[in-house]
Amino acid sequence: MDPNYAPYVPVVIIGILVVGLAAVILLANRFLGPRRTTREKAIPYESGVDPVSTPRQRFSVKFYMTAMLFLIFDLEVVFIYPWAARYSEFLRDNAFAPIAFWGMMFFVTILSLGLLYEWKRGAMDWE
Amino acid sequence: MSMGELILWGLVKFVCIVLGWVMLVATVLTLMERKQSAAMQNRVGPNRALIFGKKFPLSAFLGQILADALKVLFKEDYEPVNGNKWLHRIAPALGLIPAMLMWLVIPFGPGPPPGVEGHHWFQMADLNVGIIFIFAIASMSVYGATIGAWASNSAFSLLGGLRTAAQMISYEVTLGLSLVGIFMIYGSVQLNDIIWAQGDMAWGIVTQPLAFVLFMVAAVAETKRAPFDLPEAESELAAGYFTEYSSMRFAVFSLGEFIGIVAVAAIAACVFLGGWQIPWVETPLLADGTVDYGWLTVAQVAIFLVKMVFIIWLQMQIRWTLPRFRYDQLMKLGWVYLLPLAIFNLVITALVMYVLR
Repeated sequence: MDPNYAPYVPVVIIGILVVGLAAVILLANRFLGPRRTTREKAIPYESGVDPVSTPRQRFSVKFYMTAMLFLIFDLEVVFIYPWAARYSEFLRDNAFAPIAFWGMMFFVTILSLGLLYEWKRGAMDWE
Repeated sequence: MSMGELILWGLVKFVCIVLGWVMLVATVLTLMERKQSAAMQNRVGPNRALIFGKKFPLSAFLGQILADALKVLFKEDYEPVNGNKWLHRIAPALGLIPAMLMWLVIPFGPGPPPGVEGHHWFQMADLNVGIIFIFAIASMSVYGATIGAWASNSAFSLLGGLRTAAQMISYEVTLGLSLVGIFMIYGSVQLNDIIWAQGDMAWGIVTQPLAFVLFMVAAVAETKRAPFDLPEAESELAAGYFTEYSSMRFAVFSLGEFIGIVAVAAIAACVFLGGWQIPWVETPLLADGTVDYGWLTVAQVAIFLVKMVFIIWLQMQIRWTLPRFRYDQLMKLGWVYLLPLAIFNLVITALVMYVLR
């Protein structure tokens, strides 16, 4: 087996174990607990009043905007990680150090400009 | 190390770490949370569930924990009408599984120093992606809350689920970005290497104080606790995304949350408080560069657990001290204040390292 993948063997084994553990805990209740379902018990809780309409309706587009913002910024964070882990090594090389530093400053500037644009466009205002 | 040994040690560590420590702390936390809130509000807290009705030290503590466990086990669980039956059933597991998988890469004691080959005895899986694995797994825990909320077919649940999704993804960016400075200074994303590089004194909290504050704020928001408990704000949404959950499914949801709190505390202890490092104490090494395990190792594991408990205590203290945010304040804090501050921290760290090179 490729030695790069050997550490992932425990991940798979423990992953199966954890799924099994969660299943056992949830199933135990099925056999131990009572099952006397009535309609009154099973209707969704709305402070004691019977629900009059389905809750699954349209919701604010702001949530969608937030999801898109997250996708953009999380992806950029992923680009920063490898650079950050190697940064102290880059700095030891005198010729490459300015490139490593200014390259990231350029990247961060673009990132901040994007954030500023989103802010001024009102993507973060929840009035 | 052969495949069989790898699997065997993986299982042993799983039993010791996840079942022996993580589940234990999460269970005790369900009680300590109430005791802490009682102490801060000048109440007594739960003290009625005594074992066999006898009063002896810790009787009320153990009795309450046992009573809670038995109660959730023997209660009825039901599916709400017109909900998605199967999604409603698996959603609690989707919350619990990522919380437990996060523990795979957290080192509980000294492993081989960076650059030295050897087996890490206090870590379940020695992955080279390190803390990125934790972020990847932690991102998945948003599914449990959101799917559970959708499957419940309840207005309160749906609103809570939406809020959970928006809040968790908003603060995840800050959570990830606040640690970048740590990666730059200590030159690795593996927790074991980061702890070794911190040494006995130069801990993350000293070199990156702003990152510590950002991380703790984002972590409290990620674990959905006050002042960021908008997803389950009881005065607005009944119980938020688990309004329609009862018995064991509810308990699995809250167990997942409590494990998440302990996991965040473990990461903060590793990254900012030097993990298993004791101040003024050097870890002894053997001639081939590996760690000389002995009684000091026991002390180091103990000090790591103490640091973890300290961070948990800090989180509980925050929870019962600060009032809840309004929703627009919450989103504004995440995107307009914390994220630029995290970027600022990155730039300053890069600049100082560049000037001092």
